[in-house]
This record gives sequence, C-alpha cells and structure tokens, in this order.
Amino acid sequence: MTDLLAKLPPDPLLERRRVVQLMSQKTQRARSLRSGLFLSLLVSALMVAIIPLFFVCAALVQRGFKVLSWGFLTQVPQQPTLMQQDTIGGVGNAIIGSLVVDGVAALVAVPLGIILGLYLSETQSRPATALRSITEIMTGLPSILLGVFAYVYLVLNMHAFTGFAGAMALALLMTPVITKAAETALRNVPRTLTEAGLALGARQSKVSLKVVLPVAAPGIITGVLLALARAIGETAPLLLVMGASIQYEWNPLHPMSALPLMTFNYSSAAYDSQHAAAWGVAIVLVAIVLILNVMSRLVAAFMRRERH
Amino acid sequence: MISSKSVSGLNGHDFTRGVMPRVKSGRFYSYVLRGSAVLFSAVLVLFVWSIIQQSWPAWSHSGLSIITGTNWAPADSQFGALPLILATLITAGVALLFAVPIGIGTALTLNYIVPPRIASPLTVLVELLAAVPSVVYGLWGLNVLVPWMSTTIQPWLAGLTSGGWPFSGNAIGLGLVLASTVLSIMVLPTIVAISRDVIAAVPRDLIEGALSLGATRSQVLLKVVVPSAKIGLLGAVSLGAGRALGETVAVAMVIGSSPSMPHSLFSLGSTLASTIATQFIDSSPQQLAALGALAMILMFLTASVNAIARALVQRGVKG
Repeated sequence: MTDLLAKLPPDPLLERRRVVQLMSQKTQRARSLRSGLFLSLLVSALMVAIIPLFFVCAALVQRGFKVLSWGFLTQVPQQPTLMQQDTIGGVGNAIIGSLVVDGVAALVAVPLGIILGLYLSETQSRPATALRSITEIMTGLPSILLGVFAYVYLVLNMHAFTGFAGAMALALLMTPVITKAAETALRNVPRTLTEAGLALGARQSKVSLKVVLPVAAPGIITGVLLALARAIGETAPLLLVMGASIQYEWNPLHPMSALPLMTFNYSSAAYDSQHAAAWGVAIVLVAIVLILNVMSRLVAAFMRRERH
Repeated sequence: MISSKSVSGLNGHDFTRGVMPRVKSGRFYSYVLRGSAVLFSAVLVLFVWSIIQQSWPAWSHSGLSIITGTNWAPADSQFGALPLILATLITAGVALLFAVPIGIGTALTLNYIVPPRIASPLTVLVELLAAVPSVVYGLWGLNVLVPWMSTTIQPWLAGLTSGGWPFSGNAIGLGLVLASTVLSIMVLPTIVAISRDVIAAVPRDLIEGALSLGATRSQVLLKVVVPSAKIGLLGAVSLGAGRALGETVAVAMVIGSSPSMPHSLFSLGSTLASTIATQFIDSSPQQLAALGALAMILMFLTASVNAIARALVQRGVKG
C-alpha cells in the first residue's frame, strides 16, 4: 500500500501549495518588515494631516483671546492714529453685518434648497438629472465667481454696494449644499411611508409635506447648518459687492461690513493693534463656525438614535 | 427588497421610481417644485452669462492675447494673464504634490489601520480642518508661517539646490511656496473625505482574498485596495485640484500680489482668483472687463476639472 502511494506522481495541488508555503516562509520576515514600515508611514501621514489644525487653533487662542473683550464685541471700529495706536474700537458692526447678510441669504437659500431637494428626490426625468449634475459642479466652483455675478446684476443695476448683493451671492453658494443634503435625506425616507400615505388617498403634495419632510428633517437641518457655516466664513464674494460700513447697519440695502471682511482688511492694515484685532475677529468667526458644526453633528447623532 | 429596475405595477406603471402615476398629485405643488427648478436653472444660466457679459469687452478688445500675453499692467492697459494662469497652476500643482500622498495615506489609515473607535474622532478632526474659514488660514499663513518660512524652510530649500532653480531668489516668506503650503492644508480634507468614500467601496472579498493568500497588510493596501480604487482616487485628487485652483482669499493674503512671471518657487505672484479679489474694487471699466476675462478663464478651468472629477468619483464609488 505505501509502495503504491510512493510510486504515484505527487498531487499537483498539494505540490503547488507546498511551493507557495515555502516561498511565503522565506519572504515572511522581509515582507512583514516592509509592511510595518509602510503602515507607520501611513500613520505618520495622518499625524501630518492633523498637525496644522492644532497650530491654527493654538495661534487663534494665543493671539485671539488677547483682544477679546465685551467692548470688542459690541463697539464699532475706530481708526487708530499715530498718537493713539491702540484705539481700535470693536467689531460690533461686523457681527451685525454677518448676521443680517447670512440671515437674508438663508431666507432665500433654505426654502429654495429644500424645494429643489423635493423636486430632485421625486422626479427622475432628464432635466432633473441635468439639474443635479449642474448643482454638484456648482458646489465646486470658486466662490469669487458668485461675487462677479452679484456685481454684474445687483451692484451695477442698483448703483450701490449693498449687503443684499452679498447675501444673494451667499444664497447661491448655499443653495446647492442644502439641495444636495435635502435630496439625500428625502431619498433615505423609507418608500413604504410614502406608499402608505398614498394608499390612504392623500395627495403626493400632502404626503411629501406631512410625512416625508418631517422624517427627513434632521438630515435637512444638518445640511442647512453646514451650509450656514460655510457661508459665514466666506470672504471672496463679499469682497466684491459689499462695500464697507463702520456704523451699525441693519439695512441690507446699504453697504455693510462682515466678520470675514473685517479679518481680511485688518490683516493688511497699517497698525499692529489692527493686526491683533484681525485675530480677535478670526476667533469670533471660528467660534461661530465651530458651534454650527457641532450643532449639525448633534442633529445627525440624534437622527441616528431615532432610527435605531 | 424590491429591485428598483423592473418591477412593474398595474397597467405597466413602474411604481418604484419617479412620481407615482395615477395619484392625485396636487397641481399647485408640482407647479411650485417645477417652477423653482426652472427658476434656479435660469439663475445658473444668468450666472454664466454674467461672467461672459462682464468679460466681453476684454475679449473683443484684446482677443486671445489675454491668455498668451505675459504682461499684466492695468495702468498701461496691458492685460496679459499668462503669469496669473501659470501661478495658479504652479501653486495648485505643488499643493497637490504634498496633499495627495498625505491625503490618501490618511484615508487609508482611517479606513484600514486605526480601529473605528479611534478613527471616528480623528475623522472629525480632519473635517474640522475643512470648516476653518479660508480667511483664517490666510491670517495664519501671514502671521505665523511667514517668519517660519523665511528663517527656516526657505533657507533649507535653497540649500538643497544651492540657491539654484526652483528655489532661487530672496527668501522673504511670502510667495508661491507659502501659497502652495497653505493650499495643501486647505485641500487636504477634500481629498481625505472623497478618498475615504472611494476606498470604502472596494469590495471586501478582494481584500479578504488577498489576506487569505498570505499577503501582508501593506501588500493588500498597495496591490489590491489602491489599484482597484484608482479611478475614484483620481476623482478625489481632481476635486482637490478644483479647490486649489479656485481658492481666493487665503492665497491673496500670502502670495504677495505681484503679477509678474514666476521665475522660481520663491517669487511673489498672483493667481487668477487672487487678482480678481485684490483688484476688483477701484478698477477702471476696462480693467473690470479684463478681470471678468480672468473670471471666465477660472470658471472654465474649475468647471471642467470639477466635471471630470465628479464623473471619476461616481465611477469609483459604483466600482
């Protein structure tokens, strides 16, 4: 019996496996060494990616908190003079400006974005597909182009730099973001809910507004908050159309100031006190953006808990 | 689960997609939806038209010499944008040189190396990088990076080529190198986020197959994951490129605003976007038209890069 086995040619599969194992054993150490090296390289890439965030935060805290005070947040700016280089006043006007401009932008962009999201999630025609790809490409376009747009149609026709023009540029910036978020959230609502509503005899409009929209609300709110966070830090389009104001200005049909504009202008201004103030404005700006981001995360987390 | 493709309901209507047939849809409602879609499309058309309109006088006056001219001197009515286009491409290119390996490496780390419990807070940190407004990056570059650049990094770089190209000239901090550095930090989150999605879409079987054959983790990542996610990763890089080409304020603050031909990475420069931002206010009508032409070049550049990127990413995620 054993003789017979020895005489047979070796099983090709087993033979192959033996060769592979031998090879693998021989190269095992070199390969695992190389693997370890590569993995540590990848981990260091992650470190390098995160380091700038800490440096930016450190610089913000270190330089920003120095100028931060109640007066800084509530007063209007003053031009420092050679004799009084440290009188810079505050940035209250810019806070109001940002509030008004972003508020007006949201007033346009939020309803429009949600309606477009409803349209895109309920329609599957060719125009809808085209609109979807165009809005996606829009989100990647440089924001300064929207500034040129607002300048050509609003500033030139109204013969004035206005907060309104800035708001419209920001609205155009926010709309695609909200649309995308709304569409995704609306599409994720279980189909059965819509079908149940329709089976009960409700109209599509009623089902969309009373059943689908409330279920998708957390996702939409997340999108709105992220769009707001993006808009509030946006400088480029405002630079072209807003003009400037050193007074408290509530009327968006007048020139206005805004937080990012203030940071930009102060960073290249003449006096050291103004450079310091630029950091003060920046930390206010970053704080607002962070709060909006954290809120959006909380809403998203809340949504996930509701689901499960 | 109902297949979304071919389930037909009564009378051959496809109930699984689109607006339900035979359902009272509420005319007002559908008018509002379609009306808004039409309105928004009209605004987008106007948007493109506004930039063409703004740049029209410049094109009809100088023609293609706007693209090929090397002298940007508004005071002498010279509007040659080649230096601006070059600076835009150079800064974006150098930024990607750093951001791509670091970004894809970060994405791989977050997906495959770090356990999920640690990966998710790290992901949040990377996303926060994207949330910081660009003007803050500009401010940081201007006040923190400039001294560091001019005293440490630039002398070191100049030492590498002993003062020759591409690191020749005065080390003053501001300039193309600094702009590229700031840009690479700013495009990193975009590249990481999209790469993560693309990498996550690599079929699990492929990875497990390679592991069962005895491949090490680095072999799996380099020979299975990256090749099979190649197209999507290319899309992620292109999206990053689109952002880098169009970034305005941060670049305007750190590039030194000088529209001369870039001779080395240490030269000052101006990109398309930064020139529009810094020169738009207080411009003559003629110069405004030329700036419009810059906007148009920028629009075509970024729109085509973005369109390509979207197509690649979509193919990558679908696999």
